Amino acid sequence: MSEKLTGAEILIKALRDQGVDVIFGYPGGAVLPIYDALFKQNDVRHILVRHEQAAVHAAEGYARSTGKVGCVLVTSGPGATNAVTGLVDALMDSIPIVCLTGQVPTHLIGNDAFQEADTTGITRPATKHNYLVKQVDQLARTVHEAFYVARTGRPGPVLIDLPKDVQFAEGTYTAPQEVRHKTYRPQVKPEIARVEEAIELIASAKRPILYTGGGVINSGPLASQLLTQFARMTNIPVTSTLMGLGAFPASDPQWLGMVGMHGTYEANLAMHGCDVMINLGARFDDRVTGKLSAFAPGSKKIHIDIDPSSINKNVAVDIPVVGDCAHVLEDMIRIWKARQKQLDKAALKSWWAQIGTWRSVDCLRYQRTDKVIKPQYALERLRELTRGRDPYVTTEVGQHQMWAAQFLPFEQPNRWMTSGGLGTMGYGLPAAIGVQIAHPDALVVDVAGEASIMMNIQELSTAVQYKLPVKIFILNNQWMGMVRQWQELLHGSRYSESYSEALPDFVKLAEAFGCVGLRATSVDELDGVITQMIETRRPVVVDVCVDQKENCFPMIPGGKAHNEILLGPDDKPGQATPEEGMVLV
Amino acid sequence: MDPIIEKHTISVLVDNEPGVLARVIGLFSGRGYNIESLTVAETDAEQKLSRITVVTSGTRMIIEQIKAQLDRLVPVHKVRDLTDEGPHIERELALIKVAGTGERRIEALRLADIFKARVVDATLTSFVFEMTGAVDELDDFIGLMRQLGLVDVSRTGIAAISKGPAAL
Ligand SMILES: Cc1ncc(C[n+]2csc(CCOP(=O)(O)OP(=O)(O)O)c2C)c(N)n1
Ligand SMILES: [Mg+2]
Repeated sequence: MSEKLTGAEILIKALRDQGVDVIFGYPGGAVLPIYDALFKQNDVRHILVRHEQAAVHAAEGYARSTGKVGCVLVTSGPGATNAVTGLVDALMDSIPIVCLTGQVPTHLIGNDAFQEADTTGITRPATKHNYLVKQVDQLARTVHEAFYVARTGRPGPVLIDLPKDVQFAEGTYTAPQEVRHKTYRPQVKPEIARVEEAIELIASAKRPILYTGGGVINSGPLASQLLTQFARMTNIPVTSTLMGLGAFPASDPQWLGMVGMHGTYEANLAMHGCDVMINLGARFDDRVTGKLSAFAPGSKKIHIDIDPSSINKNVAVDIPVVGDCAHVLEDMIRIWKARQKQLDKAALKSWWAQIGTWRSVDCLRYQRTDKVIKPQYALERLRELTRGRDPYVTTEVGQHQMWAAQFLPFEQPNRWMTSGGLGTMGYGLPAAIGVQIAHPDALVVDVAGEASIMMNIQELSTAVQYKLPVKIFILNNQWMGMVRQWQELLHGSRYSESYSEALPDFVKLAEAFGCVGLRATSVDELDGVITQMIETRRPVVVDVCVDQKENCFPMIPGGKAHNEILLGPDDKPGQATPEEGMVLV
Repeated sequence: MDPIIEKHTISVLVDNEPGVLARVIGLFSGRGYNIESLTVAETDAEQKLSRITVVTSGTRMIIEQIKAQLDRLVPVHKVRDLTDEGPHIERELALIKVAGTGERRIEALRLADIFKARVVDATLTSFVFEMTGAVDELDDFIGLMRQLGLVDVSRTGIAAISKGPAAL
């Protein structure tokens, strides 16, 4: 029974028992015993990235597209510090990750040993929780706890720091069934009284809206189904945050598009004008609310969230419901039916009529031309040519990310991977690698900008090594477009350091890495290039040379209210952006 | 309309594991909350539990947020707002060193007697007083000592507990 194993062997056994089939990592002195144990087994596959930040993003892509916990292994010191950006990214977007870091042997901790860093200290605010394992007999228990903490409640990254002597030491294994966490028990089932209050409020609404977020996706596919069911049985319009795209099918007539800074006109105006807002798994982020004092002024708000600290953080709500989205939706549907609730039909009809007039503004329209590839047009063609192929989309950060959110339709959850909370340039390529590992036969596209893609371009090598046919679709506008857009709007068009100077030839770069490189410089070439990209079963980099001056609209400038939304380049803000708006990021 | 700033005393029961205090303090500094006083010590050696008492201030919304954020930390067992939950006792201990001779020395001793501060060390030219009490009692006594040769003060911060039979 209590057969002795080394710490490294215990770790692998624990990972296997936690259902880990793949781990993204990079070796180094402080994790060599673990790499040795990996070498001797075949259950856990290791994917060698080219930079530790990418290991975490790849694990995020894997996690986000499967609903499972993503797993990372890096060495001490620089390995751990390189992973920090990924950890914070996962923390902000509530992505379940377990990150294993090597550490110098316990007797050297605190001595400034070679490649020593205070990893638990550095990552304390970068993780949901972290551990330093000093005794080999605590190791298995800690790993099981870490997976439990990472995936339950509001998911997030958990780090385990593993001194090298602990990896060598012999100890006994503890099975997952024997581990029960002492304190951490998130509430998943809501208080029924609160759900009942919520149902009564919803039933009294004349202008209701469902404002959904990443929490619906984190809850699992059932939550998305229940959301769709509830929305359809009530005929309430649905919008979502950037993180929530795909939870409700974009092809549904009740879908208003994304809300927030670059959300649609109809979604933002419906949020502004609603009388009852049902927040399902979103967090009233500043990118969504705009000016707080003018946020949905006449509304009563219901907030459903698994994390009690999200409630009343930015916006005071009328009915807080703590619980997991799927559980709460189940109760909502049951109570709605049992009480035979119905919305005021006439009121709802005129609400939909109002939304119809907002929709008719056609806020995503742009100037069509055949002289130059508009970035929006490139995405429209990508949308059409990938239709029916159930693509998985990741993005980098910038204008291209917002256009992707606006122009690509998501019919199902877990198809859209983007860095929302942290806005990490360099996220998309490694995330796409993680998605492709989880879904080897799927079409996985990273919608990229030419500046962002340079931040983790080395991962093309990973894609080639593992024969991952990821598609890097660069909307190359030769600018840090989003930075330039803000400079144009807020800093008198002084384009300080936002031009993408000295860019590589992306086609040659792709070829140098062993990928396929394609380029589209004109509208005529575009469809052919996209088709070739889709049909090539190898990693492909597509350099789409797009209009360099295009800006992303609609836009709610920082510090403005939803109804102060700008629709296009000719739409000037009513007054200069106020000081308090200027300081916002 | 300035939002009303409230002062709250919060008890937090935590696992006494490495880094737990850093988590709590990091939470306050990282999110820009105030700490007016913070004390921590193990209260149950067998179960390895520590009790943290923190006095903080903020708007109602911030106070609620602080409690929710504390509760979210993985090693936290319980968070209780003593200020909200009714009558409770708050005490602090101070060690106060006063140096001097003659009339000032006699006056310091006389005041210590009135304030029920104990002499825990004496030389011909100094006293160390130990005093336990409510925060403003300590403030008053220390204020008086300042005029009589105060040279050093060490205060523990506030420990607090609810009145009546109920446990945390
Ligand atoms: C790591 C990181 N550094 C800086 C930024 C700030 N930033 C946001 S968007 C952006 C420009 C992105 O340019 P590009 O990738 O070309 O995308 P575009 O906006 O042109 O579509 C920058 C620098 C960031 N989000 N992440
Ligand atoms: Mg660009």
